[in-house]
Amino acid sequence: MRKKEKIIEGILALAAGITILTTIGIIWVLLSESFGFFSKVSLWDFLTDTQWTPLFADKHFGIMPLVAGTLLTTFIAILVALPVGLTVAVYLNEYAPKSFRNIVKPLLEILAAVPTVVYGFFALTVVTPFLQKIFPDLSGFNALSAGIVMGIMIIPLISSLSEDALYAVPKSLREASYGMGATRFQTSFKVLVPAASSGIIVSVILAISRAIGETMIVAIAAGQQPRLTLDPTVPIETITTYIVQVSMGDVARGTPEYQTIFAAGITLFVFTLLLNNVSIRIKRRFQQKYE
Amino acid sequence: MNSSSRNRLIDQAFKWFGIACTLFGLVMLGIFLADIIREGIARIDWNFIVDGPSRKPEQAGILPALAGTIWVLVLTGIIAIPLGIAAGIYLEEYGKKNRFGSIIEVNIANLAGVPSIIYGLLGLEIFGRIMGMGGSVLAGSCTLALLVLPIIIVATRESVKAVPKTIREASFGLGASKWQTIRMQVLPAASGGIVTGVILALSRAIGETAPLIVVGALAYIDQVPTSPSDDFTVLPIQIFNWVSRPQKGFLVNAAAGIIVLLAVTFIMNGIALYLRRRWQKKVKW
Repeated sequence: MRKKEKIIEGILALAAGITILTTIGIIWVLLSESFGFFSKVSLWDFLTDTQWTPLFADKHFGIMPLVAGTLLTTFIAILVALPVGLTVAVYLNEYAPKSFRNIVKPLLEILAAVPTVVYGFFALTVVTPFLQKIFPDLSGFNALSAGIVMGIMIIPLISSLSEDALYAVPKSLREASYGMGATRFQTSFKVLVPAASSGIIVSVILAISRAIGETMIVAIAAGQQPRLTLDPTVPIETITTYIVQVSMGDVARGTPEYQTIFAAGITLFVFTLLLNNVSIRIKRRFQQKYE
Repeated sequence: MNSSSRNRLIDQAFKWFGIACTLFGLVMLGIFLADIIREGIARIDWNFIVDGPSRKPEQAGILPALAGTIWVLVLTGIIAIPLGIAAGIYLEEYGKKNRFGSIIEVNIANLAGVPSIIYGLLGLEIFGRIMGMGGSVLAGSCTLALLVLPIIIVATRESVKAVPKTIREASFGLGASKWQTIRMQVLPAASGGIVTGVILALSRAIGETAPLIVVGALAYIDQVPTSPSDDFTVLPIQIFNWVSRPQKGFLVNAAAGIIVLLAVTFIMNGIALYLRRRWQKKVKW
């Protein structure tokens, strides 16, 4: 009996251990393949060369254009999602009637459940043509449209996490503010938002991390031309799009071209790992503050 | 105007701005669904479902992609459900006090933030190359199983946590062992939440595109996969392929494919939502 219990515990622990193996596997795969890459291309060239042309005859391996493309689409997405998401959070938390809130919250969650390839279609066939009416010079593939649609996708991420943070602010603070005769607007933005700032920052960091790793929207609507630019109206390429582009084609294993997707992957991984760790750390400090 | 009435005005103005922002996302979703349905609904007929790919958009269908999606859904479920539930039980019932448990917890929080395309690179090397599965359905499913594992683990933990201590103690009091208590009392009581989490995880899996492209799912497949080692494509990749083509006819096909994909996704999410509601209402300790 006791022995059987131990065996079962062991099996369950093994299942939990798979998650550790996953992490080890990811790090090992990225490191070992990038190692092959960096034995042929120096880290200095990788970080400072301003061109990324591994699939051309004149090869350059500068990651900067891909990083620029990734940060540009991410920036546009946050520019859309942060004001809208935070306003939604404040509105639902402080203004909205409960019945309205109960209907709207699950509806907003639908935005997060839609597969991203669908958003890509939306960006390419609806948003880009619409924007082209306003900016006639806008190229058919561009960072602007992809960024805006990505922003719409991450609104619920920011709004629901920020709302949780606002909700967690002690009732006494809110009541003290109302007792002083403050309006809902003043209470929200001078008391609640500052008090919940760490939770809101966490939501934004997670949104940034999500936008950096997002693939299909940018692969469909932002183009496949690595370009070191901050111009949102021309085709660019993100890190994730490059990985997809190479995976769709025929590139032989072991060649530097093949290894580039792992070098691109490790760059992406480092970005998101840093962001996630910052958010986990802020979250811990935040939890201590109110307990 | 004095400052008090100005403040009230700002307050009212923000209320309307808040309503506008809240509706913004929903209106966009509405426009978008209307556009997709307008473009694609006429294309959906029996032939669209049972035909394979074709160079002529009017003759192309989604059968291999739909079959691939079902294969991936089933295999991912077979791999991820037992692993996820077992890991969730371990973390909540056994691993809470030990170091192993807390390491795994931090690890899962980190894994949840890893972009899905990175899982694709993992699958490409580990399942595709080292384990020799190539770009098969099995390699894709193993990759997606790892991707959705944290969702099932977290859902399992939360549902197991919600089962009150008294139930466990009553079971121990009757002489049941720890595992007997978990299997006969805790798991049945937690099943509603676990099932909800599993459905959400699987609905996430069928919408994933990037990791499967990286693992080596092909864009052009004219055969329905008949075994786990066959090459495959899935609905989102088929849609991506059609979106990438210049001819207008393929965009219509993409819209029609999206309607099918969204229908499946929404139905699964709807079932999950319904089960969660029913479970929350029914269970009152």
